[in-house]
Amino acid sequence: MIEVEQLSKSYGPIKAIEDVSFVVDKGEILGLLGPNGAGKSTTMRILTCFMPPTSGTARIAGYDIFKDSLKVRRRIGYVPENAPLYTDMPVASFLKFVGEIKGLSRRERLRQIGQVMDDCGISEVQHRYIGKLSKGYRQRVALAQALLGNPDVLILDEPTIGLDPRQIIDIRRLIKGLAGQKTVILSTHILPEVSMTCQRVIIINRGRLVAVDTPENLTAKLQKSPRLLMRIEGPADEVARALGGIHGVQTVKQDGSSPGNVATYIVESEKDRDVRKDLAATVVQRNWGLLELRPVDLTLEEVFVRLVTEEKESAT
Amino acid sequence: MSSFWPIFKRELRSYFVSPIAYVVMVMFLAIAGYFFYSSFAFFNFIGFQAMSNPMMARNLNITEGVLRPLYGNLGVILLFIMPLLTMRLFAEEKKQGTIELLLTYPVRDLAAVLAKFAACLAVYTLMLGLTALYPVLLIAYAEPEVGPILAGYVGLFLLGAAFIALGALASSLTENQIVAAAITFGILLIFWVIGWSSQFAGSGVGWVLSHLSLLEHFDDFPKGIIDTQDVIFYLNFMVLCLFLTLRSLESHRWRG
Repeated sequence: MIEVEQLSKSYGPIKAIEDVSFVVDKGEILGLLGPNGAGKSTTMRILTCFMPPTSGTARIAGYDIFKDSLKVRRRIGYVPENAPLYTDMPVASFLKFVGEIKGLSRRERLRQIGQVMDDCGISEVQHRYIGKLSKGYRQRVALAQALLGNPDVLILDEPTIGLDPRQIIDIRRLIKGLAGQKTVILSTHILPEVSMTCQRVIIINRGRLVAVDTPENLTAKLQKSPRLLMRIEGPADEVARALGGIHGVQTVKQDGSSPGNVATYIVESEKDRDVRKDLAATVVQRNWGLLELRPVDLTLEEVFVRLVTEEKESAT
Repeated sequence: MSSFWPIFKRELRSYFVSPIAYVVMVMFLAIAGYFFYSSFAFFNFIGFQAMSNPMMARNLNITEGVLRPLYGNLGVILLFIMPLLTMRLFAEEKKQGTIELLLTYPVRDLAAVLAKFAACLAVYTLMLGLTALYPVLLIAYAEPEVGPILAGYVGLFLLGAAFIALGALASSLTENQIVAAAITFGILLIFWVIGWSSQFAGSGVGWVLSHLSLLEHFDDFPKGIIDTQDVIFYLNFMVLCLFLTLRSLESHRWRG
């Protein structure tokens, strides 16, 4: 549905994105992940025909973004960063304007406006001026205008920013519900969002593609060794030394302590080796209290930080 | 071109939702009213003097004495007031980021430019239409010629449309409304006064300069002369400015 080929964009001497290529299949939800200034918005602006690439090309539904810009624009719904909207219009008039501009017939327009207002939960504010709405409502109005006209492709630049936790859950559910019918690219720097809503993740750092994979695979790939979290009641130094001495344990890190001699430790062991029994035995033998022992996965945050820092190291 | 109407309606609406249109219209009409009153009072004063001087009375003409100076003055007021109407056309959208929405909708750039131009022109036409009260008052109490009145309005309409086209261009170049207004005013002023130097410039250059002047081309209209040369000048000016506006907007899409 979306094919991006060696896209580059420079603003004068600054390279915003460099040689970015990826493909998104129909019905897929793709997360675009990266720190601020990584080139997420630039990529999206190019895909929505707002600005041209310096080199490279992209096709949406088979249409070139440069040559068939109008056809591409008919097939996308776009929520720009910070959800800019005409603040001098009431919500309903704004959606009517968008429906007209997207060329919907009167009947179709009325039906779709009702539908998207329900989906995005903005029916109760439809007569209020957009300028008077809270950030969360504005974000939802922006999503509503993108959904109007039933586009095949949705491009959402940080769609959940500024929303409260419940609204975030609603919007995520809404986006997830689009999977299968619509192709969605959403950018974010909130990592759990990606693991919750997206089927595939692209990580961009400083304009370059760092990784493309499913969130699970990324976590698995970067998790070099199994990790265990332990909470033990006992003298911290001795505990760390004792655990470190066990065969197969690579590193022991103390991860904060709580009152009463209790501390949390992260233990990394060699691959393909279960050290849980040995750990437990050691603790019990010395009469310390074993309060908790469980495996921990690398969170996407850690994956991300690893990818981004590894990139830096290899660059220098 | 189906996207022309929605944009036109939206633009027009935003003029009247904000106080811009009202403030500009009130100022324009107040100043126009003052000029109408003062030129009319002066004409009255001359009229009384003429009662004792038959030679003077022969030259009295209410169109020449009241309406022609009024139209000239309206042109000058427009010079100051029009940048205030046009400055927001594109600059506001750029500042607020809504241009990103507008240009990613399936809208031809030309439709967007024309719709914005037309909306501003509609506000101006309404504003100009309200000044028709003055000639109507004159017609009620005196016998001015109708031809020059209408020709004067054609001239003011064309002059204003040219101003708006230039204002749209300036607004498309910046995201700062004040800058847009300053550029518009500056360029309009130059085109207004450029004819003055034609008197001491050489005959060739002088001719070109006087033909470039927005003011010189306006001169004939209040006399009741609609010269195609003047009409074409204003249309050319408009088309050039709108073409450049379109290019400036399009440059988003290819400027690397």
